[in-house]
Order: sequence, then C-alpha cells, then structure tokens
Amino acid sequence: MSAELANLITHAQELNDDFDLTSVRAWKEAGTGRKAIGHMPIYVPRELIHAAGMLPVGIVGAGERLEIIRGDAYFQSYICHIPRSTIELALSRRLDVLDGMLFPSICDVIRNLSGMWAMLFPERYVRYVDLPQNFESQTGGVYWRRELETLRDDFGRLSGKPIEDATLRDSIAVYNENRSTIRELYRARSRQPWVYPTSEVYVLLRAGNLLAPEDHTALLREYLRLAPLETDRRDRDQSRVVLVGMFCEQPPLGLLLTLERAGCWVVDDDLLLGLRWIMGEISCAGDPLQALVEAFLTKSAETAARYLPDGQHGGALVESVRRNRAEGVIFCAPSFCDPALLEQPMLITRLDREGIPHTQFKYSEDTGQFAVTREQAGTFSDSIRLWSQA
Amino acid sequence: MTASSSPRVSVEGDKERSMLLQKQMIAGHYTALSRAPQEGRKVVYTFVPGNLTELLRSFDLLPVLPEINALQSGMRKLSGDYIAEAEKHGHSEDVCTYVKCDIGMLKKGNIGPTGERLPPPDLLLLSYTGCFTFMKWFELLRQEYDCPVAMLHVPYQSEGHILPHHVDYIVQQLRTEVIPKLEQVSGLRYDEDRLREMLRLSAQAEDDLVWVLESAKHVPSPIDAYFGGVYYIGPMFTAFRGTAEGVSYYRVLREEVEGRLREGLGPLTPEGSQEKERYRLVMEGPPNWTRFREFWKMFYDEGAVIVASSYTKVGGLYDGGFRHDPERPLETLAEYCMGCYTNLGLPTRLALLERYIREYRAGGFMINSIKSCNSFSVGQLLMLRQLEQRTGVPGGFIESDLVDPRYFSAANIKNRIESYLQMLDQKRTGVNA
Repeated sequence: MSAELANLITHAQELNDDFDLTSVRAWKEAGTGRKAIGHMPIYVPRELIHAAGMLPVGIVGAGERLEIIRGDAYFQSYICHIPRSTIELALSRRLDVLDGMLFPSICDVIRNLSGMWAMLFPERYVRYVDLPQNFESQTGGVYWRRELETLRDDFGRLSGKPIEDATLRDSIAVYNENRSTIRELYRARSRQPWVYPTSEVYVLLRAGNLLAPEDHTALLREYLRLAPLETDRRDRDQSRVVLVGMFCEQPPLGLLLTLERAGCWVVDDDLLLGLRWIMGEISCAGDPLQALVEAFLTKSAETAARYLPDGQHGGALVESVRRNRAEGVIFCAPSFCDPALLEQPMLITRLDREGIPHTQFKYSEDTGQFAVTREQAGTFSDSIRLWSQA
Repeated sequence: MTASSSPRVSVEGDKERSMLLQKQMIAGHYTALSRAPQEGRKVVYTFVPGNLTELLRSFDLLPVLPEINALQSGMRKLSGDYIAEAEKHGHSEDVCTYVKCDIGMLKKGNIGPTGERLPPPDLLLLSYTGCFTFMKWFELLRQEYDCPVAMLHVPYQSEGHILPHHVDYIVQQLRTEVIPKLEQVSGLRYDEDRLREMLRLSAQAEDDLVWVLESAKHVPSPIDAYFGGVYYIGPMFTAFRGTAEGVSYYRVLREEVEGRLREGLGPLTPEGSQEKERYRLVMEGPPNWTRFREFWKMFYDEGAVIVASSYTKVGGLYDGGFRHDPERPLETLAEYCMGCYTNLGLPTRLALLERYIREYRAGGFMINSIKSCNSFSVGQLLMLRQLEQRTGVPGGFIESDLVDPRYFSAANIKNRIESYLQMLDQKRTGVNA
C-alpha cells in the first residue's frame, strides 16, 4: 500500500478511535464561539446543524476498545451495547465537548436514552427527534416541518445566530456533495470490491461522523483517487454479498475484515446509514426547510426503523442485490436490536421468495472473537460459489 | 397491555360481583369475536396503549387486542409453546415475547382465551404509541394476514407536555388515514354524534376508575393497584370503554370498594382478603404473566400491598386529570393517545412515580424489569437511583419477562422480594430507634 493511502486510512482510523473527540475540540477551538452537536443513529437533519455554523458529530458507541465501567450499571443485561458505551463516554466526560445531543426515533432504547440524558445532564441541550412515520405531505410533512422549525430555532439560539434560508441552502448543497461522493464510493466498491475493500471503506465512511462534511468529502475523494493506484489489489474468487442490520450499533472492524477474509466481497451494506439516509439530491432551490421535508418524505432509505406504508418489506434489499449483482445476503445484526431482529423474518420471507441465499448471525460492538463468524461466513460463501457453479 | 380475565383464566379464590361481571362481559366479547365471521361483523386488531376503542365501536367494529391474547396465553401456560413455535419460524430469542407468543398462537390455529378460534383481522389499526415494537408487530401480522393497515403515529412526549401541532398531526391522521379505512371496512359513515356519546360514557367510567385507583390512598388500602389493578380493575377499560356496560361495571366496582373501605378491609386477592398491610409499595413495570398468581402471592405472604403502579396506566393516564372530552372528539383521542404511560419521557415517568410514592404514602417501591420490553426497561436503573434520591424511599429491583416462562426464576425473585422487605423493616426500625 502506498504511504499516501496508508496515511489517509490511518488518519481516518485515528479519528474513529479517539474517544476523547480531539478532532471535535480542535474544530471548535479553530473559531470563536464554535459549537458541536452530537447525535445518535440513524438520521438527523445534519444540514440544520451545519447551517447554524455548528459541527454535527455522530456518536455510535465506543466499539470494543473502551472498557465499560459505569455504563453497565445503567442497563440490564438484555439491552444492546451501544447505550452502555455511549453512557460510559458521557460519564467519563469524553462527550463534554458536545454542546447538545440529539436522539432520533429509531427504537425504544435510543428513545429512552434521550430521557436518561435529560436526567443525567439537565444543564445540556437534549432533544428527542421524533421522525414522522406518516409520509403524506399534508400530514407527516406538516408535522415534520414544525419539528424542523423547532430545531432550526433551537440551533439558531444555541449558535447565537438565526439560520437564514440562504445559509441552509448552502448547507444542503454541501451535504448533497457529501452524499453524492459516498454513493460514488459505494458504486466503485460494488464494481471492484477488491480495490475498495469494505474494511477500508467503512473506516473512511465513519470518519464522516466526526469531520466537517466538506473535509469528509475531500477525504473520500482522495481515497477514490488513491485506491485504484494500488497495483497489488486483485480480484479473488469470493462471493458478492450484501450486509443488513448494521445501521445503528456498529460492528467491530475485525468483523468486517473477517468477512472479507472468509471469502465475502461486501458490495452493499447499511453501515452508518444515517450519513446517506436521503437517497438522492435535496433541492437547493426555494424554501430549504420544505426541501428537507420533501426529501425525508420521498427519499428516505428503506430500513427497519421506518414504517413502510405499502408493506413491501425487502423491496429495497432485493433491488440492491440485483443492482450490485450480489449472490447472497448476510443478516448481521447487533444482539438485542429490536428493529433489525424484528425486521429480519420479513426480509427473509422476501429473499426466499426471490431465491436469494442468506445467512445470519449477531454481534455486539465489543465482540472480540470472530472464529465462528469466519467459519459461518466462509461456509456461506463456499456454498454460494458451489451452488453457482452447479 | 393490561390483563383481562376470561372463563378459562382465573387466579381463583373469593370473587366479588365485579369480578364475576367482568368475566361474563369478557366471555361475551370473545364469543362475539368467534362468531364475527358468521354474523358478518368486522374485526379490528389494535393495541392497548393508544387504543381508539370508542372510534372503533362507533363503526360497530369489534376490537381484538393481541397483547391481551398473549398475556392470556401466558396465564394459561401456553405461551412457552407459542414462543418456541415463533422462534422455529426464525424469530430471534432477543425480541419481545408478546410478539412471538402472538405469532406462535397464529401459527397454531389462533385459538383465543375461550378456546374458540379468533377471527382474522379485517383491519390492523397500528396505533404506534409508546412502543417501537408495535410497528414491527403489525408489519409481521400484515405479512401473515395480508390485510390493510391503518397507521397512526403518535408523537412521543419527551418534553412532558402536549404540543398543539402534535394534536393536529394525530387528528389529521385520524381524518385522512384511520377514519377512511374504518369506513371502508365497516361500510358505515363516520358518525361524530355517536362517537361523542361514547366518549361521554368513557368519561363517566373514567371518574369511577380513578376513584377506585385513588381509594388506595387510604390506610389500609382496599385494593391492590398492581395485581388487582391488572386482574380486575383496569382491564375492563380497554375493550368496553365508551359502552353502557363499561359504565355499569365501574359503578359496581366502585360500590364494592366503598364497601371494603367502610368495613376497613384490605384488598381481595386469590388467597382471600389481605388482612395485614405491612408494606405499602409502588410498582413500576409490567407483571410476569406465566406465574401471575405465584408472583402475587409472594407479596401477599409478606403483607405487601401495591398501592399504585405505572403498568395500569399504559392504557391511559386518567389519575392525572385526563378525561375523554365529547366536545372535542378527535382532539381528545389524540390527547388520550399521547398521555399513555409508555408514551411519556423518562423524566415525566419519574415525576409520576415520585408523586405516587408521596401521595399514596408508600414506604417503598419496586421495579419489575421485563426482558421483553425495552419501552419500559431502558432507564429503569437510573430511575431507581433518582427516585431513591428524590424521595428517600428505598427501591427494589427484580427481573422477569412478560410471557416467556424461561425468564421467571421464582426462587430468585422471592428471595429478592423478601430481602428487600427485610431491608425496609430494618430501615423502619432504625428510624424508630
């Protein structure tokens, strides 16, 4: 690997590993009165935070590298891992750099975590972002606009400067560019997963939780330039798979490496889905708040945390399998993840109907052993290749 | 999510007229359900929190509450097999056992509590109130039944107060999503006058329900507001709200409780009247249903009476002053939905429990943390600490599940309850000393 590419990946990895959020502190110190707003997965309108001159910071727990000392005392054993590591980060004052925290409606755990936050840190700005589950413009749209107006006013107050429409349009353009670059990266990986391995793509994508969107876009563009220059990256006889279930609590990097080593090329996934929740461009013309509303209603990703009025679960997954020429699906969900695990039987029914092979296992963000995963993913990959040859 | 008794389910023991009356009424309801297909009556499945019973009944539709079916299965010792059946069909061991019990029951023939087959839904009314799992539950049922769904998204009350645009949002959904589908299924037009009349009846019953619940402020309490609350005080409310029968039921119940108060009697339990009230406790969280009577007896044996509980408020929080208002029919339904206990932010839940401890003069509080129910369980350990700090009253913590018999360790729970109550004794002795 070239030194340039290695440095790029190392830089992103160091950002992700830094639980003290040094990069966020540095960003704040680089300008007077700068503020940062944290948010949990999956989707929040980061454009509004950006338009207020603040830095959106995605918080996705602490993976396997943080010892949980206080966090476990707040959660029963049957609750997923992300809230306990997030509370650990907060109680160890690592999140003090954040001037506010948003908790979008994804499940009851993140929802109740918002209440815990309000109880533990009453002096801080905390907001539960209740996304509409009605996608009609005169119903869910009107409601969502009112919620966005509240957020816009709150962020204006926090930053000390009301958000102007022109500024918000600029921020929408910045995020359009960022999402477009992510989509470009995903397309490139789908074409040549050996050139853009998921273990790298994920590290670079995740840095988007911490970097200003302009910087993240630049980082991704640099990766898109450098990765194809690597001459020793060659295709191998691996199965092309789509990963499902990783939209909130993140897998340890070792798990993604294990899947690749076990013979799977990941050609699509729902890792860090919030960074690309809006599947397309948001209009930069007209009323920008309404543009955010319309984009949410009509371009939101299909995922387990979202109600599907037509009930056609798995449509987007099957479409992804077809578009990315995937040969199978791996359901890889965090233990005790209600949205992913309750959705899974519906998706499996659909895949079975379409004759798409699948397998499933669970993880926790602090999973440290991957032998079983390697065996299962390897067997799955082998079975696909054998089946395809037959 | 509150219980209802039936001819096949009983915790036995002495019964008062209200208990027998509710048994008859609920049996009648299930019989009507079983005959619905033959008699051309339409059936709507919906959930207890945020239920729109008056609206359904104004269209002559019969409600089916899957949580009730699941807990009935738990009490009848059937839930273990149902859950196993669902897990066999690919449902994770990690998720809500109400859902798996319901899916398993469906896979095994959908036999209801009276032993008769439950009719399939003509509509799934997905009142998405206070529980994320509800959404997935009815998405799963939609796949099984291939029937229409009316989705009602009820905004969560994280800030502790209802915002006007939240009311507008729900009313708009009622007008454009729910009512048109009810009209379509029932073949009847929306009749607001009829709805108003039902809401008027609801408000009458609500007055008596609140009176009964608040009777527990007396020492000794004439009721157990948790076990009794889910067994015969609260459950009638859901399916029979807005009916003359419901009003009569709560009138009878109130008169009984007035009688117990006059005679200085404690709560009626399956073991008979509770004679000694040694401990007055507030309870947070749902009960375990698979060993309901045994669970109740653990408290009875120690002379512990639950004087207030949060679980009996998942179907509506009336003791905070809310009453259905017939003058604002759709708005009042919206406010009802938003006020259900599990739709309230943790700080509001905490404040409610604190109020209960003070107003009901409770010497302790206990949390039954349910593996299946993240809506209730996440944050309870913090609530425990903060409630102790705010009130100076010690809290106890036990863990079980709704209807999964694998997650009820009787010896462990009994041990914890006894230890906790001993600790309360020591605290009392210490204070006296």
